[in-house]
Amino acid sequence: MKQALKKRPIAVLAILLLAIVVVFLVSLQTGAIRISPDAVAKTLFGYGSARDELVLFQFRLPRMVIALLVGAGLAVSGAILQSISQNELADPGILGINTGAGLAVVLFIFFVQGSLTGLGSANLLVMPLFALSGALLAAFLIYILAWKKGITPVRLVLVGIGLNAAFSALLIVIQLRMEPNDFMQATIWLTGNIWGTTWPHVWAVLPWIILLIPITLFKARTLNVLQIGTQSAVSLGVPIEKERRTLLVLAVSLAAVSVAVGGGISFLGLVAPHIARRLVGPKHQVLIPAAALMGALILLTADMIGRNILAPSEIPVGIVIAILGAPYFLYLLMKTR
Amino acid sequence: MSTHAKEAQQDLEKAKARSKPLAAVSVLVIGLGFLVFALVLSISYGAAQIDFKTVWQAVFSFEPGLTEHQIIQEIRLPRALGAALVGSFLAVSGAIMQGMTRNALAEPSIMGVMDGAALAIAIMFAFAAHVSGFHLMVASFIGAGAGAAFVFAIGSLARGGLTPAKLALAGVTVGAFLSAISSGIAIHFDVAQDISFWFAGGLSGMNWTNIKLIVPVAMIGLLLALALSKSVTVLSLGEDVARGLGQRIFLVKTLGVVAVLLLTGAGVAVAGSIGFVGLVIPHITRGLVGVDYRYIIPCSAVLGALLLVLADLAARLVNAPYETPVGAMTALIGVPFFLYLARREGRGLS
Repeated sequence: MKQALKKRPIAVLAILLLAIVVVFLVSLQTGAIRISPDAVAKTLFGYGSARDELVLFQFRLPRMVIALLVGAGLAVSGAILQSISQNELADPGILGINTGAGLAVVLFIFFVQGSLTGLGSANLLVMPLFALSGALLAAFLIYILAWKKGITPVRLVLVGIGLNAAFSALLIVIQLRMEPNDFMQATIWLTGNIWGTTWPHVWAVLPWIILLIPITLFKARTLNVLQIGTQSAVSLGVPIEKERRTLLVLAVSLAAVSVAVGGGISFLGLVAPHIARRLVGPKHQVLIPAAALMGALILLTADMIGRNILAPSEIPVGIVIAILGAPYFLYLLMKTR
Repeated sequence: MSTHAKEAQQDLEKAKARSKPLAAVSVLVIGLGFLVFALVLSISYGAAQIDFKTVWQAVFSFEPGLTEHQIIQEIRLPRALGAALVGSFLAVSGAIMQGMTRNALAEPSIMGVMDGAALAIAIMFAFAAHVSGFHLMVASFIGAGAGAAFVFAIGSLARGGLTPAKLALAGVTVGAFLSAISSGIAIHFDVAQDISFWFAGGLSGMNWTNIKLIVPVAMIGLLLALALSKSVTVLSLGEDVARGLGQRIFLVKTLGVVAVLLLTGAGVAVAGSIGFVGLVIPHITRGLVGVDYRYIIPCSAVLGALLLVLADLAARLVNAPYETPVGAMTALIGVPFFLYLARREGRGLS
C-alpha cells in the first residue's frame, strides 16, 4: 500500500509528460495550414518543403514552446499563492497581479514602443521587465492595503478585486486613446494571446522560467509547512512573514514573466495546481512539477483549440481558458465553505 | 402575538429609532439644490463655454435660430439630465441590492449585471450592426437579467450561503466568463473598439430619444423601489426578523430583483458600464439618514444623480478637449471606498 502511494506521483508525472508529447505532436499538424504527420517528420529532420519549414520553425514551434513555458509559469505561480494564502481560490488573475502587469505593458506599448521602432527585439527583452515591475507594484499594493495586524485570505482576495477594478479603469483610459490597430493589439494581448510569438520571445522568458521553477522546488519544504497553517509553522521555527514574502515575490515574478509574453491569461494559475493536487497530493516536492506539467498541458491544448475551433480566424487562448476555467472556479466556490 | 414576532417587532422599532427623518428631509432639499447647481454647471461647461444667462434663455425662451441655444437644447441638456437619471437609477439599484442581501459589497457593476449586458450588446453589434437604440436597450435588459440571475443562483447554491466574499467572487468570475465570450465575439467580428467606446463613453451619446426610452421603464423601477422600501427595511434586519413580522420574503425579493433589473438595465442601456455609484452612494446615504429604506431610497436617488452629474463634468474637464470615460472617474472615487470596505471584510452594514 505504502509503496503504491510512493509510486503514484511518478506515474502521474510520466502520464502528464506523455500527454504533453502527444498533444505537442498533434498540435504541430493542425492550424490554418494543415501539415500531414509524415511531412512534419520530414521537416523536423530537415527534409521538408520550404513552406512547411517556415510554418513549423518560424510560426508554430516558438508558439508552442511559449505555451509550455507560460503554462508552467502560471501554474507554479498559482500553486505558491494558494499555499501561502492557505486559500484554494487564489490566482494571480483574480488578485489583480495580471492586470497590474498588463497595465505596465500597455503603458509601455502606448508611450515607448512608438518611439523605439526598429528596436523590435530589444523591446521584447524590455517588456518582461516592465511586466515584472507592474506585477510587483500591484502585489506590493495588495499586500500593504490588506495588511491589518496580519493578512487574512478574505481581505487579500477582496483587496485584489478592488485594485483590479482600479487598474482596469486606468487601462480603459489609456486604451481609448490608442490608434485602432494598437487598440486591437492591446485588447488581444490583454485577453491572453500567444500567437505571433517568435524565437526571441522564447529566449526572453526561458531563462526566467528555468531559473524560478527550480528555486520554487528548492522551497518546497517551506511551502509544505506554510500550507499546514501559521500556528504549526511558528512552532516548527519557520520565520513565516519573511518566508511568505520571499515566496510571494517568486509567485509574482513567475506570473509577471508569463503575462509579459502570454498576456492576461486568467484561471490557469487556479485550475492547474488544483487538478495537480488532486492527482498527487499536497506535498510540494511533487505538487510543483505536477502543476507545472499540468499548466503546460492545459495551455498547449487550449491554444490548439483556439487555433482550430473557428479557423481560419483564431481565438486568443485566454478566452478559451476563461470559458473552460470559470465554470471550474464556480464549482469550487460552491463547494468550499 | 408570539414572543418571536414580538422580538422582531422590537428590532424593527429599534431600527426606526435609529433613522433620522429630519436628516433625510435636509439631504433631499440640500441635495436637490446642489443637483440643480451641478446641472447648470454641466450645461454651461464644455467645448464651447456658455454663460448662465444664455443657459437660462435656451431652456426657458428657446430660439431655434441661435447655435448656442441649439447646443444646449440638443446636446448639453439631454446629457446633463441623462447623467442625473442614470446616477439615480444605479444608486437606488445598489441600495435595494445591499438592503435585500445584507451585503455591503453588493453593487450593480460587480454582480454580473454589467457583463451580461455587455455580452448582449456585443452580440447585437456583431450580428445586427445597425439596430436601433430601442433594440440595444431590450438586449441590454435581457443580458443584465441573465447575468444577475446567474450570479445570484451561484451565490445561493454555495455552501455556507451568500457571504460578501462569495458574492464578490461569484460576481467577478461570472463577469470574467461572460466578458471572455464578449471579447471572443468582439475580436472575431472586429467590433472591439466600437463596443469599448459604447461602454466607456455612454453619456456623450445621450440624446432625447434615449431619455424618452429609459424614463418610462426606469420610473416603473423607481416606483417599485419606493413601494418596496418598507419591506426592504424589514429584510435588511435579517430574514428571521422578516419572517417574524410575517413578511412574504420570496415575493419581496422577486419584486426587488425586478426593480434592480429595470433600473440597472435602463442605466447600462443608455450609458454603458459605470461602476461604483451603486456601491458608494447607498453607504453614504445610510450614514446620513439611518437604516430606514423609506428615507434611503429617495435620498440615494438624489445623491446618485448629483455624483454622476459631477463625475461627468469632471470627466469632460480633466483632460479637455478629450473626454475621459466617466466610468474611470467613478472608479477613482469608488475604488478607495471599496478597499475600505474590503479591509473590514465586507462587514459594513449596520
